[in-house]
Amino acid sequence: MIIELGHFALALALAVALIQAIVPLIGAARGNVAWMNVARQSAVLQFVLVAFAFATLIHAYVTSDFSVVGVYENSHSAKPLIYKISGVWGNHEGSLVLWVTILSVFGALVAVLGRNLPPALRARALAVQGMISIGFIAFILFTSNPFLRLFPAPAEGNGLNPILQDPGLAVHPPMLYFGYVGFSMAFSFAVAALIEGRVDAAWARWVRPWTLAAWTSLTLGIGLGSWWAYYTLGWGGWWMWDPVENASFIPWLTGTALLHSAIVVEKREALKSWTILLAIITFSMSLLGTFLVRSGVLTSVHAFASDPTRGVFILILLAVAIGGSLTLYAIRAPQMEGGGVFAPISREGGLLINNLLLTTACATVLLGTLYPLITETLAGGRISVGSPYFNGVFIPLMIPLILLMGIGPLLAWKRGDLAGALSRLKVAAGLSVAAIAVTMVVAGFSITDIGGAFGIGLAVWLAASSLIEWTERVKFGRSGSWARITNLPRAAHGMTIAHFGMAVLIAGVSGASAWKSETIQVQAPGETVQLAGYALTFQGVTEVPGSNYTAERATIEVKRGDKLVATLHPERRAFVQPPEQTTFSSIHTTYASDLLTTLGEAQGDNGAYVTRFYHEPLVPFLWYGILLMGFGGLVSLTDRRHRVGAPRRAAVAATAVPVAAE
Amino acid sequence: MTDTPAPGTKPRAKRWPYLVPLVAVLALGGVFAKRLSDISGGYDPKVIPTVLLNTPAPEFNLPPLPGLGEGLTSADIKGKVSLINVWGSWCVACTVEHPFLMEIAKTGEIPIYGIAWRDTPERSLAWLEKYGNPFTKIGQDPHSQTIINLGVTAAPESFLIDKEGIIRYKVSGIITREMWRDTIQPLIAQLNK
Repeated sequence: MIIELGHFALALALAVALIQAIVPLIGAARGNVAWMNVARQSAVLQFVLVAFAFATLIHAYVTSDFSVVGVYENSHSAKPLIYKISGVWGNHEGSLVLWVTILSVFGALVAVLGRNLPPALRARALAVQGMISIGFIAFILFTSNPFLRLFPAPAEGNGLNPILQDPGLAVHPPMLYFGYVGFSMAFSFAVAALIEGRVDAAWARWVRPWTLAAWTSLTLGIGLGSWWAYYTLGWGGWWMWDPVENASFIPWLTGTALLHSAIVVEKREALKSWTILLAIITFSMSLLGTFLVRSGVLTSVHAFASDPTRGVFILILLAVAIGGSLTLYAIRAPQMEGGGVFAPISREGGLLINNLLLTTACATVLLGTLYPLITETLAGGRISVGSPYFNGVFIPLMIPLILLMGIGPLLAWKRGDLAGALSRLKVAAGLSVAAIAVTMVVAGFSITDIGGAFGIGLAVWLAASSLIEWTERVKFGRSGSWARITNLPRAAHGMTIAHFGMAVLIAGVSGASAWKSETIQVQAPGETVQLAGYALTFQGVTEVPGSNYTAERATIEVKRGDKLVATLHPERRAFVQPPEQTTFSSIHTTYASDLLTTLGEAQGDNGAYVTRFYHEPLVPFLWYGILLMGFGGLVSLTDRRHRVGAPRRAAVAATAVPVAAE
Repeated sequence: MTDTPAPGTKPRAKRWPYLVPLVAVLALGGVFAKRLSDISGGYDPKVIPTVLLNTPAPEFNLPPLPGLGEGLTSADIKGKVSLINVWGSWCVACTVEHPFLMEIAKTGEIPIYGIAWRDTPERSLAWLEKYGNPFTKIGQDPHSQTIINLGVTAAPESFLIDKEGIIRYKVSGIITREMWRDTIQPLIAQLNK
């Protein structure tokens, strides 16, 4: 019964979304305040309905109601509670409901928090949100219904793919979707601005916090996914340029560009049509990711089970959303440019180069991801594009970007002083060169270490220049610096933290790529293997029961010299339902490097097993860097100027009047 | 709504650059549409064309690993019963299979030709240095051109080729001792007749 109510609520939500998409738009065109206000009411109502539908689905999974097809196919009564809940979005249908729920959360937030938005802009933006909702709710109801019943109800479910039964992966999709869907706000505001025909500093001020929230969430979501792949898949990697990974990375790149170009619109009223285009493209790339994963056009380890009917539906959805918004863009954007003089050496000039580099990087990743698909479809040949391509084109684009990240924040708006900025960064340059030298010495002067050492140098450059900018800004160490620290806008602190996090991330990437070492062997109990200064002794395997699996658990003693530093227990887990095996790696971390161990298959009868050991220098820095970037985003979000509710009420009220009267 | 710029304030903006994104997206949409219609028409992108047994191996001409003589061409595999082994230094199972290939190579009963798949020459060479080289000849296929024609889905994979260059047997995964003794060796004997 409850699940039918959920189904009904979602159908009602579709009707509400229809109203939300049409009425406020007419209201805004005619200046009818009551009609415009329908946007807010319907956005809140839509949220209530969609959230209810989502809750009924969670209820069905938690109570293991196997009369619901989705629950039967993806859940199992013996599964821990957290995985019953995460099982809701571990499949195509449920994950779409999560998608729409998050969309409605954002709509409701605009309705509730956006009281001081210009009414017409708010009405139009919410109307566009309503259109997106229509597309996705219709997609769920007509092609991917998660509320279907099964009769008679089976006694037990099929279970969730064991590889997905992991805390990291339980949280990964919601974070990722929060990011994807969050970019819909920038999109809706961009389309609303195109309809209105104007973009100004106030518009950028509205868009920035939403973009920032989405970006923060996407950053952490991608990080979680990477972390999960690292510690569960047990191949010692954290990024493999898989099409689905790229699908999340592409909107991240354009979203990062958008985050920065919106600042230029706010401060200098320049780059308007470009920023609008970025807002459209960022969300379009999120939609494209959704399409690629679910339509069956791509083959990937991450792809959902898919069928072409769904593919056709999403393609139409994509055509309407992206094609429609870009048509509007082609009509309206040419009139939008304006703003002040644009000096190449200035903060805005630096941000423009940032944008060019980021979008080029995005284009190369997109090309590499889609190229096999395009050639196969048009020419019929099969090719595969792998890491060598991506590393070959992506890294050269990142190097100037990182160099620029150090300089840009030191340039003033309008007219920057490049020589002055560079002279203030002498220390950073010196430290960077020193870091390269030290790394080369430590690593032992091999030609193969140059890449890694250069990466460490870049990381030090960025970290040092970010800190220099911050200390100069607060005149650190001089009297009154504490007051200046507390008075400095949170956004400035956020930028420093995020840029510093990026530096830490680069150090991690460099170290993990350059100095990783691994060994694989068959080990009988008692045998010892040396890796990166550690002695790893295999002590044999015992069988251990788990909650819904049984595990072969190895005991591996890790010694450094004569000192026992860790006892590790990598496992192979055999799940009952579905009957599948997974490996569960065990990691000893020094917080600067990891020793990752995994257990392979048994060999022969004497208790010998295949074991794999990876020494991963600086990999923990990847996670620190991502956490710092996310933290920087959060700090920035708490900036007064980013608070959607409170500030600048008077100024907005003043601009709101002419807009409403238009 | 009034959105036309005041006349004379600035030169009329060019319109066509603003159409570029739309055109690009439409083109991409066309590709997707064709792809989807291919898939509905029965085309399965997951199935890589499998080379049927008892058909000639595809033509190929692979460059050598630096320092290891000539590369590997489809002409090399004719005239003698041989084994083609697809491997990569990144492939863990290959490391497990490797000692047995070394054993076979020592007996000299059949030449083993290696295809170094999706790898850099440095890594391939370092790997051979570390574990030994059982291959009579090696060609490298970093971009999977020949591999795809051979229908390889994962490494290691091995093909038994007869004197005429026709594929007679295929092993996906590790060649085990039992498999070699019970199936492949008898087959070699038969093909050598």
